[in-house]
Amino acid sequence: MENNNIIKGKVYILGDNIDTDQIIPAEYLNLVPTIPEEYDKLGSYAMAGLPLDAEQFIAEGEAKTEYQIMIAGANFGCGSSREHAPIALSAAGVKAIIAESYARIFFRNSVSTGEVYPLESTESLNKVLKTGDEIEIDMDKEELTNLADNKTYSLKPIGDVAPVIAAGGIFAYARKQGMIK
Amino acid sequence: MTGTLTENILAKASGKSKVIPGENIWVNVDILLTHDVCGPGTIGVFKKEFGTDAKVWNKEKVVIIPDHYIFTKDGKAHRNIETLTEFAKKQGLPYYYQPGTDNYKGVCHVALPAEGHVRPGEIIFGTDSHTCTHGALGAFSTGIGNTDAGFVMGTGKLLIKVPETIRFIFDGKKPNYITGKDMILRAIGDIGVAGATYCAMEFSGEAISALSIEERMTICNMAIEAGGKNGIIAADEKTLEYVKTRTSKPFEVIEGNPDAPAKATYNYICEELEPCVAMPHLPDKYATATSQREVKLTRAYIGSCTGGKIEDFIMAASILNGRKVSINTFIVPATTDVSAALLTETIDGKPLVQIFAEAGCEDIPLPSCAACLGGPRDTFGRANQREIVISTTNRNFVGRMGSKEAEIYLASPLTAAASAITGNITDPREFM
Repeated sequence: MENNNIIKGKVYILGDNIDTDQIIPAEYLNLVPTIPEEYDKLGSYAMAGLPLDAEQFIAEGEAKTEYQIMIAGANFGCGSSREHAPIALSAAGVKAIIAESYARIFFRNSVSTGEVYPLESTESLNKVLKTGDEIEIDMDKEELTNLADNKTYSLKPIGDVAPVIAAGGIFAYARKQGMIK
Repeated sequence: MTGTLTENILAKASGKSKVIPGENIWVNVDILLTHDVCGPGTIGVFKKEFGTDAKVWNKEKVVIIPDHYIFTKDGKAHRNIETLTEFAKKQGLPYYYQPGTDNYKGVCHVALPAEGHVRPGEIIFGTDSHTCTHGALGAFSTGIGNTDAGFVMGTGKLLIKVPETIRFIFDGKKPNYITGKDMILRAIGDIGVAGATYCAMEFSGEAISALSIEERMTICNMAIEAGGKNGIIAADEKTLEYVKTRTSKPFEVIEGNPDAPAKATYNYICEELEPCVAMPHLPDKYATATSQREVKLTRAYIGSCTGGKIEDFIMAASILNGRKVSINTFIVPATTDVSAALLTETIDGKPLVQIFAEAGCEDIPLPSCAACLGGPRDTFGRANQREIVISTTNRNFVGRMGSKEAEIYLASPLTAAASAITGNITDPREFM
């Protein structure tokens, strides 16, 4: 049986202050995430706002990325409240982000939608790992392993949003709490 | 009450006598704001979770102000406005400011308070990060995503974490060459783009009291550029006058305890501040305008919720009056009220529109967010290639105004206007 608390995949490395205009540029905000074809389309534009010298995130002609995990520095997702940002990443095939810290709204949107796991590292993993490395995240143990050399790095505890993440988003959480039907 | 202003507002909204920073609480919402780029997705979430025939929790409290992609040929943008129109009609929403009608207003963060939807002591959520603007009137106001907004639409409640407060105290008498924009750019420069993450930024001091409501809005608008959850300024006589001329709905002014513990306090003396810019590509890249005199510009952009209000244009016109711009200069009013005031406000007997036309600015478009966030390729003022822009907007990320090769310097309307004349970044004192 698949363990949902294990995420395995290739990483894509980013720096500090990755803003929402880099994650999904404003010209694609005419797409509505709750319309299925537009959800997929958003995925194909994920990280389209990266600077011109950045490594390709989605290969030419592909709709999804080969990187299931993003490794970033501080203040990931700063800027806009656009929920299109965590949705574009998820639609592109990203399962988890491991950043040193997050901007508030991006983190919140990731938790509320349940689209991607916003995890926090305890060190600058973007200086240790490189794009393309394969890692395994163990959510229960709050750690990740670089599969190339079996080195393990710890993650910060998820904290007080854990119940919302475990429920799968704000609606599922509120239903569990009996707040809504 | 013993807490900070933000804590006391949140306590009341959650039915508690006191809340503690870090605590997660359910709050009752007074206003939910949405617009054309996040409204359709919010409605999608609302219908999916509550049912296609579900009613919003309170139709008086859902305010829809389309403003982002209005004057474009983009088909999906038009489809999105139709989605809003249908929804507003079906739900019987009294506060839908529909494009193409006399009800159209323009930029939501300028229209929301101007139309009387912002009241001191209340809780406002909006599907736009610059919703923090409305803390300028002593409310708790912050940006949320579509899913949270869909939840609010159905329940009128939201689970939030109580932020710690960081205080910014501006004392002294503000010189006429210093604006709200210079004050907030300096604060962001000092604490950094993540310096207030998860925190309330509370602004006070004699220089804040002396500011107009519009200038206070400019300051609170940019709290998010330091990662702040909300920006807030205690309501005073000016606030009450502004609010009471716009709404008859009752509200309760809530005060903060000045001795309540804060995470940090920053003190400024306004006479010591300088006209400044935020250099590319982050709002915390503070530099004095004078130090950037060598930067050669290709265009100036005066508009947006931060820099497209009538007082912003009065400031710009005071510099441009009787002078000529040397680079492409875009004047983008935030709302229809601002457009109208450009015709009626005068300097030396000349309407602002005439001052801008004689200075050689581009023809003034209808009000909207326009190129502040790039948008579809046919958006007015969009940087479709490498441009070096001085702009009164609030963000200068890579690609923010369109092309990734463009460079954006954020500045006050005074500094933007002075720079438009010389073609280099220019301290407005050169023309004052």
